[in-house]
Amino acid sequence: MTERPPVIVGAGPAGIRAAATLAAAGLAPIVIDEAPRSGGQIYRRPPHGFARSYRTLYGFDAAKARRLHETFDGLARKIDYRPDTLVWDLRDGVMHCLSAGASREVAYRDIILAPGARDRIIPFPGWTLPGVYTLGGAQIALKAQGCAVGARVVFMGTGPLLYLVAYQYAKAGGGVAAVLDTTPFAAKRRALPGLLRGGRTFAKGLWYVARLRARGIVMASGIKAIAAQGEGAVSAFVYQDAAGSRKTIACDAIAFGYGLSSETQLADLAEIPFAFDSLQQQFLPQRDIAGRTPVRGVYVAGDGSGIAGADAAELAGERAALALLEDRGLAADGARVQTLERALRRISRFRAGLEAAFPFPVDVAAKIPDETVLCRCEGVTAGELRQSARDIDGGDINRAKAFSRCGMGRCQARTCGPSAAIVMAAALNVPLERAGRLRGQPPVKPIPLAVSHE
Amino acid sequence: MSERLAADVAIVGGGTVGCSTALHMRQRGVSVVLLERGVCGGQASGVNYGGVRQQGRHLSELPLARRAREMWGRLGEIVGTDCEFMASGHVKLARADAEITELEAYRDAVKPYGLELELLDREQLRSRYPFLGDAAVAGSLCAEDGQANPRLVAPAFARAARAAGATIREHARVIEIARDGAQFVVRTADDVEVRSGALVNVAGAWGHEIAAQFGEIVPEDVMAPNMCVTEPLPYFMVPNFGVCGGGIYVRQIPRGNVIFGGGKGVADREHVRARPIAGTSLAAAAQAIALVPRLRHAQVIRTWTGIEGYMPDVIPVIGPSRTTPGLFHAFGFSGHGFQLGPAVGAVLTELVLDGATPTPIAAFDIGRFAKTEAIQ
Repeated sequence: MTERPPVIVGAGPAGIRAAATLAAAGLAPIVIDEAPRSGGQIYRRPPHGFARSYRTLYGFDAAKARRLHETFDGLARKIDYRPDTLVWDLRDGVMHCLSAGASREVAYRDIILAPGARDRIIPFPGWTLPGVYTLGGAQIALKAQGCAVGARVVFMGTGPLLYLVAYQYAKAGGGVAAVLDTTPFAAKRRALPGLLRGGRTFAKGLWYVARLRARGIVMASGIKAIAAQGEGAVSAFVYQDAAGSRKTIACDAIAFGYGLSSETQLADLAEIPFAFDSLQQQFLPQRDIAGRTPVRGVYVAGDGSGIAGADAAELAGERAALALLEDRGLAADGARVQTLERALRRISRFRAGLEAAFPFPVDVAAKIPDETVLCRCEGVTAGELRQSARDIDGGDINRAKAFSRCGMGRCQARTCGPSAAIVMAAALNVPLERAGRLRGQPPVKPIPLAVSHE
Repeated sequence: MSERLAADVAIVGGGTVGCSTALHMRQRGVSVVLLERGVCGGQASGVNYGGVRQQGRHLSELPLARRAREMWGRLGEIVGTDCEFMASGHVKLARADAEITELEAYRDAVKPYGLELELLDREQLRSRYPFLGDAAVAGSLCAEDGQANPRLVAPAFARAARAAGATIREHARVIEIARDGAQFVVRTADDVEVRSGALVNVAGAWGHEIAAQFGEIVPEDVMAPNMCVTEPLPYFMVPNFGVCGGGIYVRQIPRGNVIFGGGKGVADREHVRARPIAGTSLAAAAQAIALVPRLRHAQVIRTWTGIEGYMPDVIPVIGPSRTTPGLFHAFGFSGHGFQLGPAVGAVLTELVLDGATPTPIAAFDIGRFAKTEAIQ
């Protein structure tokens, strides 16, 4: 029997580099990706037939995007690429892949999980109104489909994506009503030394801010979201400015987010132990710098194993692939390993600075008003979750989920989970890690009942 | 944590049975400590399908099931919440003509127990439940059966018991049970010691381990029923449906989600871990569609399972120990303990305090396995 090919889940920066590395070593990995085209979120490619230049689509990162896409396209004959395919469960060396209405079992011996990240949000009053998007969602609409989520968009929250997406909208001719940062200016200034280590990344951030200012766009920091308002759809955003005044700004869309959270369901189903990461304020799969996990043959790379950005994802994908080669007893370039690990360590120091500049506002999440819907799938308010927290004795977030239904719906807490854990911890008056971690349950995303099974 | 507790009765296991026992003991003024390894209702009691069903049971279980059904009807009065119990009806479907005879025979057999079943022919089924597919050829309706939310039941009993004065310890893993004269001495991993006059073993899939410590070896196997739930759909299906042979069961809750089960997941009793199996979930989905074709348009949002104790004759062990005075067992409910749970707590309380119960339970005697071994 021929040896099973390695498997890579995700065709973003980490997955693509991993694929290239394995292919270069003469292996023909299976690359499974949920998206119809490779590139991941940051280097997402528009559907076939859309003709826009790399410069238009990716700005400063055009060269990187082109390089990554060309790398992947160049692998076409060397890998087994399966786009439009959802890995919805995996255990004991078998994964279940849904594609075109059929679920297929694929056996694996070793697997690199590079599923990426999603927007991290904090619910606020009115956030379920039509017209309220995540920053990432607003960016995808622009990048993939060339359309804007609104003609007058308020960008709100924190994190590098806030300024980047606002800038991309402004540049594309979309109406930017305001860019409102929840982080106080003073926090950013304090974080400056750490940020400066980021060099080019930091410079890009400054440039976006300057460009937005030059366009005369309303910009503020240290704001607090009060509510999205509107009848049937959003028509205004109400917030409190840094000086404490209540402000209302007319808009037809709001794009908001507070950085990213790692997609960890597959790592969970692979039974990798998790540990609380205080920098990211999230439970993450345990791994070493090479991406090896305590589960033999399972590797993690990219934002799915901890948010570090696209550059780090490329390095981590390559490093994980080299680890896989080492563990298969194949030759891996030792000098290259050293270089990758040095670069990954450097980025991780810069990440610490970024987290300080754009901290996840735990206090904002803890204070979500009682009447605000926290879990939109199940319609559970923050107050109901708090009541559940009080009803349980020494329980954790899984217990509160069982009682309140928070996190039990379509998204399986991928949206509300980070905030729900904070609300729980605050209600129980315990540190966030003590609130526990919602266990992943298959399917990773909803699957139709009517699938054929092979 | 070093702690010494004394109680009239120690209960090991915080499922519905254990929590109901604690409540009933308190209602009789007896002091009680309950030790639960994880959280109350964390295993079979909390992760099952949620069927509150008498129909289809082994006849020996019917008196107990009848008593339980009476309690389900006044759960609000007993524990302060109805746990989403609905007497929505349970329909057992025949999918072959031969199975119709089976339904008829069962209907006649349960009549003496006071259980009324209504047989529905194909046309009656279609007119009452137009959403059923062609697979079903007849059905048997038990109007007083229904469904409840399993996640709420054991915790509700635990809360009520605690409010009535029971000591309930979660995350308290029992590592040793010893005898000291007439007393039981139970120790937990974090050094809680409970001394009691009576010991109630309601440890579910782990019940046989405690029985074995007292020389009662029973062949308790383990099973993890594989469950799935869909996104919310418009509410169309009121009764809880099962089939002859038991391969698939399906119900809908008024908020719209459809819950179905069939087949087994992975049960790892040693590590207290259970997982649904993807292939089993897909097979159950196909069966659910055959039963209710409109489900083909729905999506499964979650699958789960839990660990249940299973006896070879598929009825539980309930009753006094045959070796040790003061020790009482109730475990191995073989996949259908949810409905019985509240009543088993009442029965155990009677056994411990009065030495007898009005509910016939002879069939569940632990001695039945000893006899089997002697014959062999």
